[in-house]
Amino acid sequence: MIIKQVSVFLENRSGRINEVTKILGANGINMIAFSMAENPDFGILRMIVSDNDKAVEALRAGKFAVSVNDVISLSIPNMPGALSKVMEILAAKGIFIEYMYAFAKGDTGNSAEIVIRPTYVDRCQVVLTENGF
Amino acid sequence: MTFWNQTKECMSRDEMTFLQGKRLHKLVEYVYHNSGFYRNKLQAAGVLPDDIREIGDIVKLPFTTKQDLRDNYPFGMFSAPMSEMVRIHASSGTTGKPTIVGYTRRDIEMWSEMIARCLTAMGADRNDIFTVAYGYGLFTGGLGMHYGVENLGATVIPMSTGNTEKHIRLIHDCQTTGIACTPSYALYLAETMKKEGIDRSEIHLRIGAFGGEPWTENMRKEIERNLGLDAYNIYGLSEIMGPGVSCECEAKDGSHIWEDHIYPEIIDPETTKRLPNDGTRGELVFTTLTKEGMPLIRYRTHDICSLIDKPCSCGRTAVRMTRILGRSDDMLIIRGINVFPSQVESVILSLKEFEPQYRLVIDRVANLDTMEVQVEVRPEYYSDEMGRMLAIQKKLEEKLKSVISIKAKIRLMEPGSLERSVGKSNRVQDNRKLQ
Repeated sequence: MIIKQVSVFLENRSGRINEVTKILGANGINMIAFSMAENPDFGILRMIVSDNDKAVEALRAGKFAVSVNDVISLSIPNMPGALSKVMEILAAKGIFIEYMYAFAKGDTGNSAEIVIRPTYVDRCQVVLTENGF
Repeated sequence: MTFWNQTKECMSRDEMTFLQGKRLHKLVEYVYHNSGFYRNKLQAAGVLPDDIREIGDIVKLPFTTKQDLRDNYPFGMFSAPMSEMVRIHASSGTTGKPTIVGYTRRDIEMWSEMIARCLTAMGADRNDIFTVAYGYGLFTGGLGMHYGVENLGATVIPMSTGNTEKHIRLIHDCQTTGIACTPSYALYLAETMKKEGIDRSEIHLRIGAFGGEPWTENMRKEIERNLGLDAYNIYGLSEIMGPGVSCECEAKDGSHIWEDHIYPEIIDPETTKRLPNDGTRGELVFTTLTKEGMPLIRYRTHDICSLIDKPCSCGRTAVRMTRILGRSDDMLIIRGINVFPSQVESVILSLKEFEPQYRLVIDRVANLDTMEVQVEVRPEYYSDEMGRMLAIQKKLEEKLKSVISIKAKIRLMEPGSLERSVGKSNRVQDNRKLQ
């Protein structure tokens, strides 16, 4: 499934992540998943949130650099080899993945959720659909 | 005590004043008839060559500025025809256009003579072996020193910049006795030597000709202690000539200006009124009395210092200038290279990915100057991909390098974190402690 991801540019200063989570909390926005990419100078916080528009608006009001883009969210069985099966399909079709991360949905633990950011989102989704995901 | 050209270096004040007056008259006559730029300038000021009879008349002449050099790019400042020019040097310009300087064969000879005087004043002679580690190429430092050392009759090893390990190897293996480079590079060299486990007793350096950037007595002490040599200041600027306009003698008490060729004045940078040579601080102004290719009249250097015309304990009477204490404009000297904030600004403005705000942070880390450029990315160019952000960073870094010849560290900042609408000088934070 194609969903929206919200990314925030952060200078490497202590307290900056807290500023983001504070704004989201104050606006009643839930962070479902996130991942942090970093280098010595700056970081990029990518999040899946409960309300994209509200999150973007609130963060921009807080002077953050925010960008929104499509990613693919995928639910796979929480068992050995499940992720490998997906990766094999994508590799076979030459789908390049910029980055990905995983999160748990809380309840049982029978399935795992992954977020994939391929170079070409639509093509990746087509490949996944064709293969029954 | 030896001199390269005792007659000129130790001339009495009266004789010098007479010689300078004669040469100034000749210079004004020469540029009036050979340079359209100066003819117009002199006519506009209502001054004719015959109005200039003695050196004191120089105050009647208009100033020449860096802007004049920019406006007349590339060859408009030349007084000699191209057939007489044998070399061109250039320094990076503030708006992308470099500043061009042309030399005739006699200019190169005069320059080499001035550097030979400098090296002799430092105690060097034909038995010395010098590594020249100024940049060879468009920058006047490398080739200028090179020809000067050859003129002295000493041996020159054309190291140029970079390649510190090979440089140390040659200093050690060839038992070199002299070195010409920026003072901060000398410190870096000493430190690298230490890291490589080479003791100063294993090297034979005795003379260092250091210039291209302002430095301090403390740096001198540190260089002398670490390299076991005598460190001397050598000063110059490409518009006038290059290194060798002035240098320190063994007294290390001010740099002698070879004033039979280059006439110095100190002026008040605000009123442009001439100030006395008694240690009063002001802006240094030069007139090239004997140059043919691109002579300049009353060129404003924007370097702040003072002049002392009392004879020196070394026996030379040539006027001395103190250390450069600052600038009357916003030019920065980073690793010996002149950088104007406006150059950085023009690069940032030329790239659509960045906001026009910026901030420069200059520092000296492990004896090397560093420059950090802080910029904000325009909202539409922020990305979730690290690769794309790093590519934006790299793009600015490379473009800057091509314009200012210096690798700066680019720091991407959050939107709105850089102050808006501040003056140019507030955009620069220089953390180097040079006083």
